[in-house]
Amino acid sequence: MTQQIVIDPVTRIEGHSKITIQLDDTGNVADARFHVTQYRGFEKICVGRPFYEMPALMGRICGICTISHMLASAQACEEVMSVRVMGTARRLREVVNYASLIQSHALSFFHLSSPDFLLGMDSDPAKRSIFGLMESNPEIARDGVRLRRFGQRIIELMAGKRIHPTWIVVGGVSERLSPETREEILGMIPEAYEILQRTLGWFKRTLEDYREEIRIFADFPSLFMGLVDEHDEKHEIYRGRIRIADVNGKVVAEFHRNRYQEFIGEAVEPWTYLKFPYYLPEGYPDGIYRVGPLARLNILDRLGTPMADQELVEFKDLNRLSSFHYHLARLIECLHAVERIEQYMADPAILGNRVRAVANANVDSGIGVTEAPRGTLIHHYTVDEQGLITGANLVVSTTHNNLAMNRGVLQTARRYVDGNKLTEGMLNRVEAVIRSFDPCLSCSTHAYDRLSLDVELRGPEGELLDEVLR
Amino acid sequence: MAVVRSRIKTLKIDGQDVGAHEDETILEVARENGIMIPTLCQLDGLSLVGACRLCLVEVVGWRNLVPACTTYVEEGMEVITNSERLQKYRRMIIELLFAEGNHVCAVCVSNGNCELQWKAQKLGMDHVRFTNQNPDRRVDMTHEHFVVDANRCILCTRCVRVCDEIEGAHTWDIFGRGENSTIISDFNLPWGESPTCSSCGKCVNVCPTGALVEKGKAAGEMIKRTEFLAYLTKMREVKK
Ligand code: SF4
Ligand code: SF4
Ligand code: FES
Repeated sequence: MTQQIVIDPVTRIEGHSKITIQLDDTGNVADARFHVTQYRGFEKICVGRPFYEMPALMGRICGICTISHMLASAQACEEVMSVRVMGTARRLREVVNYASLIQSHALSFFHLSSPDFLLGMDSDPAKRSIFGLMESNPEIARDGVRLRRFGQRIIELMAGKRIHPTWIVVGGVSERLSPETREEILGMIPEAYEILQRTLGWFKRTLEDYREEIRIFADFPSLFMGLVDEHDEKHEIYRGRIRIADVNGKVVAEFHRNRYQEFIGEAVEPWTYLKFPYYLPEGYPDGIYRVGPLARLNILDRLGTPMADQELVEFKDLNRLSSFHYHLARLIECLHAVERIEQYMADPAILGNRVRAVANANVDSGIGVTEAPRGTLIHHYTVDEQGLITGANLVVSTTHNNLAMNRGVLQTARRYVDGNKLTEGMLNRVEAVIRSFDPCLSCSTHAYDRLSLDVELRGPEGELLDEVLR
Repeated sequence: MAVVRSRIKTLKIDGQDVGAHEDETILEVARENGIMIPTLCQLDGLSLVGACRLCLVEVVGWRNLVPACTTYVEEGMEVITNSERLQKYRRMIIELLFAEGNHVCAVCVSNGNCELQWKAQKLGMDHVRFTNQNPDRRVDMTHEHFVVDANRCILCTRCVRVCDEIEGAHTWDIFGRGENSTIISDFNLPWGESPTCSSCGKCVNVCPTGALVEKGKAAGEMIKRTEFLAYLTKMREVKK
């Protein structure tokens, strides 16, 4: 008799989703799937609107990675205008992009995942949250709140509103940086370094305790994809070439964003709204690849800033195929981001006045690519002669990881599911695998809901054996 | 010789005794006496049309509500400008305007600088009880500097009037009937091909919403300037 387990909804991720675990006749896990059950069609809403309205509209896809969507959108629009944002405006955009990376990574690491590390995978789920952490490890909880605040404060200072700023506009940014804002940001940097050094210290020490999870959490070979700097071999999240590398970090493909469709295919499955992108030359589903912090560190040998590069050397000695290491990769990227913010802010050119270019639509399509906190983000628009949007295709970070997340869930379910009851420890490990990818489902399906995931355990005939609704 | 102006009438507005010239509207007299009646289609310097009905008032003894902007004063009139009934209707008018067009303020270029939005806030509209019509009307970017988004148009005809009466170009008109009514440039040509438009931008500046806007503005960046109208009107009066 085959049976099925369902985890529904998965908690402490962004969006609504469900996990089903299918058992075979002998009670072993036959298959496990991660379903996304919401859909919101941003690709439709934008049709017929002036192209330059896109950043503000697309920023609404998600409250966590607003900045990434706005930047990918703005870059796609600038392609439509045949304008390239350079100099001060580009640096300013990069700074908010780094700030956005930090606030998102801090949320993922401290608020969503660190309760698992510090309170244990088998601890009481009611306590296993940032609130539980405040009781057991108040300094760490405080560091999390402060680091997130660091990122949010920069966004607030530069882009006006924290959640949906309209400061990022097509052609650049709407306002130059004020000297006071620059001073305030520079003043916040020492604390951010302190928090990150402290956190890296304790987290690296606890890695030993997670040897088992590291082995089981989506630990499999796959390709890795991310952006690299256009001119130099270094980490880049704003704009660059798209690189795909194999398990050894060997580059298997590197291409300009305009050619993404030659390398990335998108498969659809009837049981989920989330598409399955894959590396075209290897076919579906063999062309599995991962994106996000782990991928960005795996495709490169250097980040380009001293402190982060030192951490990267150590990181390269770990088992970099395990998705568990997304967590450490997040911390290293945060350190790199603080270094970059400091570097750009220290340069007087950041106060420049020339921050916005104006032009009409000059060509009929544009593709923008950035690295959102969760991975490569592609916005692709077509426009008519006037510049009204005729079509949009978004390939969103979380979607790239869909194949890998499903494989990770299966791997974990195989190890921890035993019998036809759902145990807390198992449930949480399956969820924790998903959380290591830090999926953002409101982004990926352009759907909108509270954080939730349900789990179902199903038998061979599809009958429901056990179910957890959260 | 003394200039003979119109005769004086006396009336009551919200219980207050007021005096007025016979060629004044209820709206004008109310304003002179510091009584504020909400308006939307009315704009000083343009002719009166009574299109939006936001300025409806009660007159004691009259069966119908009347628009203050187009109703002239009468001797002994008793006007009520702010009853519960009026507030209810005014809110409903705004809700209907929102439901009829496509108004997603958060991503609109006029967000924060829109007369329709201000009125909604002021009149305490917290939600729209009517089904959104989600119309698919013209969005036209053919003009070199400006954009028309008919989905955000409330058919106040300010643009039609300013273009005809002040600029003298008469580019704009209302076309169609009922829910199909929409603004058109010339004989329904793309704005960019208009033979009459002088690209002066007066229509854009008097438009109370995000329907006529400058090109390339990001959400919330469009700020309208209507001061020119009072200035032009004044200068023309002096010349007369
Ligand atoms: S025109 Fe005014 S009311 Fe309509 S969407 Fe824009 S801001 Fe909102
Ligand atoms: S375009 Fe603007 S000014 Fe013209 S009728 Fe519509 S809302 Fe009124
Ligand atoms: S202001 Fe009186 S009807 Fe519009």
